[in-house]
Amino acid sequence: MKHLKAIIASIALFVMFAGTTVQAKVEIQWWHAFGGRLGELLDEQVNKFNASQNKYTVVHTRKGNYSETLNAGIAAFRAGQHPNILMVFEVGTASLMAAKGAYVPMYQLMKDAGQSFNPKGFVSAVSGYYTTTDGKMLSMPYNSSTPVLWVNKDLMKKAGLDPEMDLSTWKRVGNALDAAKAKGIDMPFCTCWHSWVHLENFSAYHNIPFATKANGFAGLDTELSFNSPVHIKHIQTLGKWAQEGKFKYMGRRNEAGKNFRAGECMLMTESSAGYAGIKKEAKFEFGIRHLPYYGGTEAPQNTIIGGSSLWALSGKSKEENKATAAFLAFLSKTDIQAKWHQDTGYLGVTTAAAKKTKSSGFYKANPGTDLAGIQMMRNKVTQNSKGLRLGSFDQIRGIIDEEMEGVYNGSKTAQVALDNAVRRGNVLLRRFERANK
Amino acid sequence: MEKRVFFKGWWLPALLVAPQLLISFVFFFYPSGQAIWNSLFLPDPFGLKTEFVGLDNFRFLLSDPYYLASFKTTVIFSTAVSVSSMALGLYLAALADRLIKGAGVYQTLLIWPYAIAPAIAGVLWLFMFNGNIGLASYYLKALGYEWNHTLKGDQAMFLVILASSWGRISYNFLFFLAGLQAIPKSIIEAAAIDGASFWKRFGTIVIPLLSPITFFLLVVNIVYAFFDTFGVIHTITSGGPEQSTTILVYKVFSDGFVSQDLGSSAAQSVILLVLVGILTVIQFKYIERKVHY
Repeated sequence: MKHLKAIIASIALFVMFAGTTVQAKVEIQWWHAFGGRLGELLDEQVNKFNASQNKYTVVHTRKGNYSETLNAGIAAFRAGQHPNILMVFEVGTASLMAAKGAYVPMYQLMKDAGQSFNPKGFVSAVSGYYTTTDGKMLSMPYNSSTPVLWVNKDLMKKAGLDPEMDLSTWKRVGNALDAAKAKGIDMPFCTCWHSWVHLENFSAYHNIPFATKANGFAGLDTELSFNSPVHIKHIQTLGKWAQEGKFKYMGRRNEAGKNFRAGECMLMTESSAGYAGIKKEAKFEFGIRHLPYYGGTEAPQNTIIGGSSLWALSGKSKEENKATAAFLAFLSKTDIQAKWHQDTGYLGVTTAAAKKTKSSGFYKANPGTDLAGIQMMRNKVTQNSKGLRLGSFDQIRGIIDEEMEGVYNGSKTAQVALDNAVRRGNVLLRRFERANK
Repeated sequence: MEKRVFFKGWWLPALLVAPQLLISFVFFFYPSGQAIWNSLFLPDPFGLKTEFVGLDNFRFLLSDPYYLASFKTTVIFSTAVSVSSMALGLYLAALADRLIKGAGVYQTLLIWPYAIAPAIAGVLWLFMFNGNIGLASYYLKALGYEWNHTLKGDQAMFLVILASSWGRISYNFLFFLAGLQAIPKSIIEAAAIDGASFWKRFGTIVIPLLSPITFFLLVVNIVYAFFDTFGVIHTITSGGPEQSTTILVYKVFSDGFVSQDLGSSAAQSVILLVLVGILTVIQFKYIERKVHY
C-alpha cells in the first residue's frame, strides 16, 4: 500500500513536470527513409539534438524506402498532413524544386529564424545539387555518396592477378575480367545502381552532358543526351561482358551488394556508402578504388552524388519553422557531420567535417575511405559534372533500367537501347515541363 | 418456375436496397466519377496547380508502345493464371473427392495457401528463386539452367504466374470440391453400372454439372488476375525486366504512386474500367449461355 502511494505520487509528479516541459516545447516531425544501422545512427542524431536544448523536440518516422518516403510526403502534403522536414533523395530534387510553394527554401528558413548558416561551408559538389543557378540553397544536404570500385583482393589473387594492379580504366578492368573468367571465377564483375553509376556518373566523370541545358540546371526545356558515342561504347561493353558471362546483372538497385559481401563477385561498382555493410560482413580482404574511365576522353573529371537532402515543407507555423531551422543547423555541425561520415561511408558534406576526419587519422586507419571525397572534388565542377536536375527522374530511371536490361540480355544493341531511353525519357520531360510551367 | 414477390408501396423496397445503393455510390460511382474527372487534367504532384488537357492523357497513353504492350502482357498473364490455377484446382479436387481416409487433413492442407496474402506469397517465391540465396535457383544452376528473372522476361513472367496461381489453386480447389460433392452419387453410380469409364463419367456428367461453378470461378479468377495480383508483381519484379511483367493495373499504380503522374494514372483507370465492363458483358452474354444450372 505504501509502495503504491509512492508510485502514484511519483507518477503524478512526473506527469506534472513532464506536462509543463512538453507544453513549452515545440514539436516537429521528420519523415525519412532509413532503417537498420543507418536508422540507429539517425535516431542517435535526433536524440542528441533533443537533449542539447529544451525548446524543441524532433520526432522522426521512417516511411519506407526513398521513393515511398517521397510519395508519402507528397500524399500528406495534398491532404495537409505533411511533416516539417521531408527526406528527398537526389532523384526527386527537381520535382521538389518545381513545386514552388510546397517548401520553404533553406536560405529563407535560416534567415527567418535568425540562424547563422553558411552555405559556403558545404562541399560545392554536394551543395550545388540543391542550389539554384543563382546561388540560393533550397534544401539541406544530408547523406551523399558517390560510386567507387570495390575490389575483392582474395578473388583477384585466385584469378592470378596482382590485387594492387592498376584498375583506373575500363580497358584494364576488362583485362582483369578476362583473366578472372579464364580462371573460372563465376562473377568477375557486378554493379549496383547501374543507371546512376554507368550513365549519370559516367557522364559527369567524362565531362559529357547527360542532358542539355546543363543537365537540366538551366531550364525545364532540357533534353536527354546520354546516347553519345562514348556512352554507347560503355554500355555496349557492359552488354558484351554480360553476354560473355563476365558481368552478372543482379538487379536495378543494390542487389549485387549481397554477392560482393558474400565473396562471389570480384569487382563491383557501388556507392561509397556500401562501406558500412562491406566492412561488417566481408570475410575477405577488400579494397576501394576510384571509378574507372576511358582513356582518350576528358575523364577523370569528377563524379556526382547520390543520397538525400532535407526539405522544410511549407504551411507550418513560425515557431515550428524556427525549430526546423535550429535542428538543420545542428545537423550541419562539424562533430555531427564527421561522425556520420566515418560511421557510414557517406561523404563528409561540409569541408570542416572532411578536415576533421582527416586530422583524426581515420583515413590512414581505414585506407580507401577518402577516395570518394577526392573523386568528387578532384577538379573544378563543370556544367556536365554539377549533377542532374530532371523532372520525373524516378520514372526516367525506370525507363533507363528497362532499356539497359535489354542490352544485358542481348535483345538490343546499346545504340538502340539508349536511343529508345532518350526518346521515351524526353516524352516524360516534356510532360513534366507542361505540368510545371 | 421463378418465385416472384411483390411489395405493396415503395418505401420498404427502397429502404431494403438503400444500403446496397449507398455502398455502390461510395465505393464505386464516386471513385469512378473522380477517375473520369481527373483523367482530363494534368496536375503537378503536390496538387498546387492543375491544367485541363481534355483527352491528351489518353492520346499520350495510346501513343506509348509500352502501354499497348501492357495489354498483351495482361492477357497472357490473366489467361495463364486463371487456366493453370483452375485446372490444378479441379485436378486436386477430383483426387480429394475420391479420398476415403484422412480427407479432412488433405483438404485443410490444400486450402492453406489461400490464407497467405499475395504480397507475402510473392516474397516467399522470390526467396526461393532469388539469384543470391534462392534454393530453387541454386538447384536449377546445378542442373545447368541459368536462372535470372531480373534479366530474363520469360522467367520473370513464369515466376509471377507461379506465385499468383499458387494461392489461387486453393480457392479453386475449395469451390470445385464443394461442387463435386454436390453431384448426386446416384447419377455417377448409375453411369458406372452402365459401364461408363471414369473419364467418360467425368467428361459427360461431372464437367457439365460443374459448369455453373466453373463459370463463377472463371469470372472471379480473371478479376483476381486483373486486380489482386498487384502485390505479387510489386514484390517480385516491380513490373520488370523491360516491363515484361507490367500488367495494366500495375501500370496504374506505378505511374500514379511511383511517378506521381496522376492524370495518366486516372486515364488508365478509366480505360481499365471500360475494359472490365466489356469483358463482363462478354462473359455473361456468350459464355453463360453454355452453362447448365
